[in-house]
Amino acid sequence: MKTPVRTAPQRGFNFDYLMWLFTRLSALAMYLFAIVGIIAALLMSARQNMTIADLMRWAFMPNPNHVINTNIPDIEAWKGIFWQVMGILMLFFAGSHGIHGLLNVLEDYISRTRIRNILRILGLLVWVLMSAVGIYVILTS
Amino acid sequence: MLTYILHRIGGLCIVIFVSLHMLASFLANQAWGTTAGIFINTIYENWLFQIFIFFCALFHVINGLRIVILDLWPKLIEFQREAIWIEWFVFLPIYGIALYAIIRSGLGG
Repeated sequence: MKTPVRTAPQRGFNFDYLMWLFTRLSALAMYLFAIVGIIAALLMSARQNMTIADLMRWAFMPNPNHVINTNIPDIEAWKGIFWQVMGILMLFFAGSHGIHGLLNVLEDYISRTRIRNILRILGLLVWVLMSAVGIYVILTS
Repeated sequence: MLTYILHRIGGLCIVIFVSLHMLASFLANQAWGTTAGIFINTIYENWLFQIFIFFCALFHVINGLRIVILDLWPKLIEFQREAIWIEWFVFLPIYGIALYAIIRSGLGG
């Protein structure tokens, strides 16, 4: 059997480098959103009415469904356009970061260029589809 | 090496969990998918599962911050050993407090 050959990643300014940078920057962006979520939650009486686990759930995804099961008396302030936009931004960064990471891990174990290309297209499709599902869930909850 | 493996496994678990969790929330909103959606969400709301996914997510988040800092300021790579120590000193208390909250509400206290 012929050993499959693949080209080594190139140094310099290219797509791989851009995605490498995007992974780091999207991580920082998600930190920013999580910190905004935590500060806002503390201002909205999270300290008296939420456990730290509830607070973290809210920080990872600011969705009113994460607040329903806590002691927060009125979740009106936890809904609305601001938190929907924050949720969609979080979804965009987390989704692209996650799918890119998934492909990164898979490609470490796959050497055939053809299968790698198919997986990349599949990854892109899954990303678009799951973003649509996520935006629907955010806008309807 | 341990942090590298945990970062990969944790990342994969988060991708699978978040995708299924979003699909379940989507299904629970549809007339034809309520049962399936609620069934999947019951698994995720179980406190035993929460212990697992909180480990994956928190470790990925805190280890990720270390990677970002060391990658964007390459001079700091000299201190990577110390960075991993700091990382565990940050991770363990945060995860410990979250674990305490999850187990206490899981046991109905």
